[in-house]
Amino acid sequence: MKFTWFNLMPWPYLPDDFREKNHSVWVDIDQNLFDPVKSHEVYNTYLDLMEYAGTLGFDGIGCNEHHQNGYGLMPSPNLIAAALARRTKDVAIVVLGNSIALYNPPVRVAEEFAMLDCISGGRLVAGFPVGTSMDTNFCYGQIPALTREKYQEAHDLIMRAWHEREPFAFNGRYTKLRHVNIWPRPIQQPNPPIHIPGGGSVETYDFCLDNTYSYSYLSFSGYIRAKALMSGYWERVAQRNTADHSPYRAGFAQTILVADTDAEAERLYKEHVLYFYNRCLHVYPGFADAPGYRTIKTIQSGALSQYAPPKGYADVTWAELNEGGHVIAGSPETVRQKMEELAKSLHVGNIFCLMHVGNMPKEKCMYSTQLFAEKVMPKLRNVFPDYADDDRFWCKPIAKRVTPGNLPAERDLAALNASH
Amino acid sequence: MQLKTVHTPHVPVRYFEAGNGLPLLFLHGAGGLVAGDPFFAKLAGKYHVYAPLLPGYGDSEECHELRDMLDFTLHTWDVVDALALKKPIIVGHSMGGMIAAEMAAIAPHDVDRLGLIAPAGLWLDNHPIPDLFATMPYDFPKLLFHNVEAGAALFTAGVAFDDPEWLKSFLVSNARQLGMAGKILFPIPERGLSARLYRIRAKTILVWGDSDKLISPIYAEAFKKGIKGAELVAIPEAGHMVTIEKPDQVLAALGRLG
Repeated sequence: MKFTWFNLMPWPYLPDDFREKNHSVWVDIDQNLFDPVKSHEVYNTYLDLMEYAGTLGFDGIGCNEHHQNGYGLMPSPNLIAAALARRTKDVAIVVLGNSIALYNPPVRVAEEFAMLDCISGGRLVAGFPVGTSMDTNFCYGQIPALTREKYQEAHDLIMRAWHEREPFAFNGRYTKLRHVNIWPRPIQQPNPPIHIPGGGSVETYDFCLDNTYSYSYLSFSGYIRAKALMSGYWERVAQRNTADHSPYRAGFAQTILVADTDAEAERLYKEHVLYFYNRCLHVYPGFADAPGYRTIKTIQSGALSQYAPPKGYADVTWAELNEGGHVIAGSPETVRQKMEELAKSLHVGNIFCLMHVGNMPKEKCMYSTQLFAEKVMPKLRNVFPDYADDDRFWCKPIAKRVTPGNLPAERDLAALNASH
Repeated sequence: MQLKTVHTPHVPVRYFEAGNGLPLLFLHGAGGLVAGDPFFAKLAGKYHVYAPLLPGYGDSEECHELRDMLDFTLHTWDVVDALALKKPIIVGHSMGGMIAAEMAAIAPHDVDRLGLIAPAGLWLDNHPIPDLFATMPYDFPKLLFHNVEAGAALFTAGVAFDDPEWLKSFLVSNARQLGMAGKILFPIPERGLSARLYRIRAKTILVWGDSDKLISPIYAEAFKKGIKGAELVAIPEAGHMVTIEKPDQVLAALGRLG
């Protein structure tokens, strides 16, 4: 199992009556609710927490890309990843990911991911999401019905930019470049491992299988509801006679909260979980799914956008969120059992652990994170012994990595002269 | 009113045909056109009307090769050619008006008479057009009708959001229709028409509902300024769906094209 500690970076100061008084947490969120000075501490605390997780034995620390969003303060995940690359040592840096249809030209992604891989010594795990409709269409203006074609073209360009060793011309429909020749290129060859966040379309399943990419389902509705979608993926894997059913072909995001006892978990974390579901997921449904963004096949499969759930989260309770599996919370043993059930029932090897939730203060987050790392994670390491050696979907850092911040304390004149 | 198929180089196109008289090409708005449309019936009482559905609308086949404004404009000319129409009167409502204006600008010698009913295609920073693509179904009547109550009754007939099968078919048709419309209307319904309006040589009638909340009547002035000799017929007590709310007056206005 691979555990990635993930932070969405929510704004923790949404008011109590946010849902009643505001149109949406995303796209047209009220500018007055953001305080740049307060954000200085928020950003640095969140980065500290990610670095902290990196010292506790998590395989990766993860970030993602959202725009104009009150629960995701990372319009540029690569800036976060760059900060982490310098201050962490062995842990993978999981950028899940760059919405490649939004970068102009998309070789920018090939370049920035290459820089991250070089700076981190080959620790990058790269993600290529299409992006949500809120981000891609409503904030960044991409035409819904053309988004997927543009995404596909951007993907092909990025992969060629990484793989080819001679300058080449790229005559795409959306990007035309006479001289593609990225400098630098990534350490990991032929490219860093790729994870593709998806929402249930067969096209995305096939895209992952064709290219040996890991399919990630990043849901807030938990592992119980995810069963139908992930079964669809594994059925497709079987239908296509894929050589193996490695659980590392898939990833899943789950909110996880650990305390000494189940009762303590409720006492400590309930308000932060409700903050997230009640305020952070208050997305105006008109922004959830621009017509043309999802394919007809996906709509016909019956998958509704998770941002416009039929009943919404206005009155959801702690008990409902636990029973529904949205949240896995409790004592280490409770969490272990449910996580094992999650891994086995969904057959997923990559877990994106959402361990900072809503407006959770750092002390609680550290407590929960440490308990998970020490008392839960070790017991789940061997859920898939048959695939213990499958390293296709994870980064392969170089052995000899430098320690950043390692300049000599004083200038050594002899060395200076010798360097001429 | 018959639904027929004509073949263009890209895609088979479904079109309604009815009536006798001068040939008139009617281009529907982003909401599409259904059998029994009352305005179509009015038009057919006076003209030989051809109303092609944009690919993806109604039961028509989608066409992924049509991506941008030029594709839409030339496609619609392909439809005119496939129907073997010679200089038809071209009338378009809303998005259809945008396409009609583009057709007349790109081929000014082939369009003598042009009717633009609350057309899209221009953008005035001080009068932003509401985001059609972020509008919930229950908010449409306010934007589209002068008589919101009557409009809402029309709009919600047959709606069953609680029925998953109904919802699925609604979402599919939305994705097909508005997905297609989005190629020229999203995120801003403007693709450079203002720079091409001067090319239009057709006698042009602009028709606008006085209480249009989707595309403000202020846009009528901008079109009038851009198209030499264009006449404006403003219709009181009508919204964006002026064709439904005041069909006789719209018909009379188009009559001024001769």
